[in-house]
Amino acid sequence: MAVTAYSLVRMHNLFAVVMLSGIYSLLAAVIYVVMDAVDVAFTEAAVGAGISTVLMLGTLALTTSMEKDAKMFSPLPLVIVTVTGALLIYATLDMPPYGDPTAPIHHHVAPHYIEKSAHEVGPPNIVTSILASYRGYDTLGETTVIFTAAAGVMALIGRSRRRKKKSDKSMPVEDS
Amino acid sequence: MDAFSGLFNYWIVVVLMMMGFYIVISQQNLIKKIVGLNVFQVSVFVFYISMGKIKGGSAPILADGIEIYSNPLPHVLILTAIVVGVATTALGLALTVRIKNAYGTIEEDEIEAMENTPSNKTPEATS
Repeated sequence: MAVTAYSLVRMHNLFAVVMLSGIYSLLAAVIYVVMDAVDVAFTEAAVGAGISTVLMLGTLALTTSMEKDAKMFSPLPLVIVTVTGALLIYATLDMPPYGDPTAPIHHHVAPHYIEKSAHEVGPPNIVTSILASYRGYDTLGETTVIFTAAAGVMALIGRSRRRKKKSDKSMPVEDS
Repeated sequence: MDAFSGLFNYWIVVVLMMMGFYIVISQQNLIKKIVGLNVFQVSVFVFYISMGKIKGGSAPILADGIEIYSNPLPHVLILTAIVVGVATTALGLALTVRIKNAYGTIEEDEIEAMENTPSNKTPEATS
């Protein structure tokens, strides 16, 4: 996965970049399965690797598929990234180790969900019961965000296409 | 060494996150910036999911004979985040298409150069 990300940094052909980002998403989905998050893996494979790639390919078709050659290498971004990364690594020293059942994240509401969701909500899949019932408002907010984004995309692209059509129609009239 | 092996997943996340960050701040191409944002996002997702994992636990689907389940709460949060991430990606790509229509390029430095020369004003750029 890190190798894929590194080649993403290096690539100039945008088509290859988009394909690599799809591969990156699929690898992420595999990692989610390994970490027991099957629902998340489904979503990532379908939405992250599928729909995102299609959207990006559509954009490439509408714009250009080659990146301009980088003219110079500036060290400033690299320095910023290294410093931030070092700080984050330092912060991880305080984190609980991987897979530790005594970590604080497992002792707030999660045991309640695991024990009671079968009686209180019903479905055997705990993720489903939390998504639809305990955290229903989150899901409602998510739907609002998607609606807003869809409306934004419509406003941005739909209008320009209509205007282009109008100008196409008006062109020959001016010529004749 | 044993004390550090439990933190390896966090280090992977940090490396991926910094690669995404580097793409976003150093590349001039707008599509590549959006791809970098995706890389960053996925690293955050991996971070959450790896926090929810319990050693010896299984997927949070109730079944007979399973005692330990991984924490389902991060899974729910990340499900929401993936979908929202795609929504923002779509919006960003739509903006890129509009910028291409208005300026004829999707390279950031070229757009800046165009903006800074007042004589070279493109008529569509103001719409």
